[in-house]
Amino acid sequence: MKQPFEKVVEQHGGTVLRVCRVVLGVHDAEDAWSETFLSAMRAYPDLPDDANAEAWLVTIAHRKAIDVLRARNRQPTPVNDVPEPPTTLGVPGDSDKDGDLWQAVAALPDKQRQAVAYHYVAGLAYAEIAGILGGTTDAARRAAADGIKNLRKNYPGATKEGAPS
Amino acid sequence: MNISPGEFGSATDPGTLTRLRDRLGLAAEAEGLLDVAFTTLDSPVGTLLLAATPKGLLRVAYDIEDHDRVLDTLARQVSPRVLRAPKRLDVAARELDEYFQGQRRSFDLPLDLSLSRGFRLLVQQNLPTIGYGQTRSYRQVAELVGNPKAVRAVGTACATNPLPVVLPCHRVLRSDGTVGGYAGGPAAKTTLLNLEAT
Repeated sequence: MKQPFEKVVEQHGGTVLRVCRVVLGVHDAEDAWSETFLSAMRAYPDLPDDANAEAWLVTIAHRKAIDVLRARNRQPTPVNDVPEPPTTLGVPGDSDKDGDLWQAVAALPDKQRQAVAYHYVAGLAYAEIAGILGGTTDAARRAAADGIKNLRKNYPGATKEGAPS
Repeated sequence: MNISPGEFGSATDPGTLTRLRDRLGLAAEAEGLLDVAFTTLDSPVGTLLLAATPKGLLRVAYDIEDHDRVLDTLARQVSPRVLRAPKRLDVAARELDEYFQGQRRSFDLPLDLSLSRGFRLLVQQNLPTIGYGQTRSYRQVAELVGNPKAVRAVGTACATNPLPVVLPCHRVLRSDGTVGGYAGGPAAKTTLLNLEAT
């Protein structure tokens, strides 16, 4: 039996918002969240009852995020002096530790950042992440591992223990 | 290093999610995706669940009916596109408030009666002919709808009324004058009858 969509929002809204923040940064995360759940609501009656709702939502969020990333990379004409890009991660008032982590996450290549978000924030299996990113399960695992390796290198507060597998 | 969801999510305060969920309700309404909107209303007979389709008020449910179960049923019977979106229920909530404050004697709301069929629907539709402060027996209601022998069926129709208070099944009593059963419990029925008697 399919539960009311309200329950889907209640159960997965927080996770999807964290995923959007890791992939896109705080600034664009809220719009991506809204578009994700609106699309999900449109398609919800056709979702099989036994589907993994979280993986389904992350898949939709991934597509919305790609649109945003593409729009960002399509930035206009070259100039001599590149202005410092505004940070897309971290908000004023964040503790230094958080700010540093967001900076390090934002600096990751897209695929690594996505793999880290979908595995470590959404808790998806690498096979599911491969389905979302395209490519093999091994490639998804490698992207997440490379992402974590880069974060270890660039995030000063990192410790070496306790990484979930 | 240990990256926990909590660490990435330290900024996802509940206020942000509440705001996003409110925004989703409005966007879903604007896009025509909001098949069932619901809200809750505090009242002298406990917290009431109010649910509406674009057509009108669909369901009023008492606490003791278990709101989660009621929403599950609506998801199955009407549409799973169910969202808390109070705006669609503004007028219904206001009229119910006025009623509970003794300032309103009848309801003027578009209704969606699609949860009821046949004889039950016929009985429920006729309930508003019992005016504010009046009561009828199950037998009298059976006669009213032209089927004097269907006393038990009238009882069932009242018990399955999807819109209690608005369709006033609380005004239907046993022939011996005792209040009889009620979806909201006998105490709620007595409260409504007392409210209307003052």
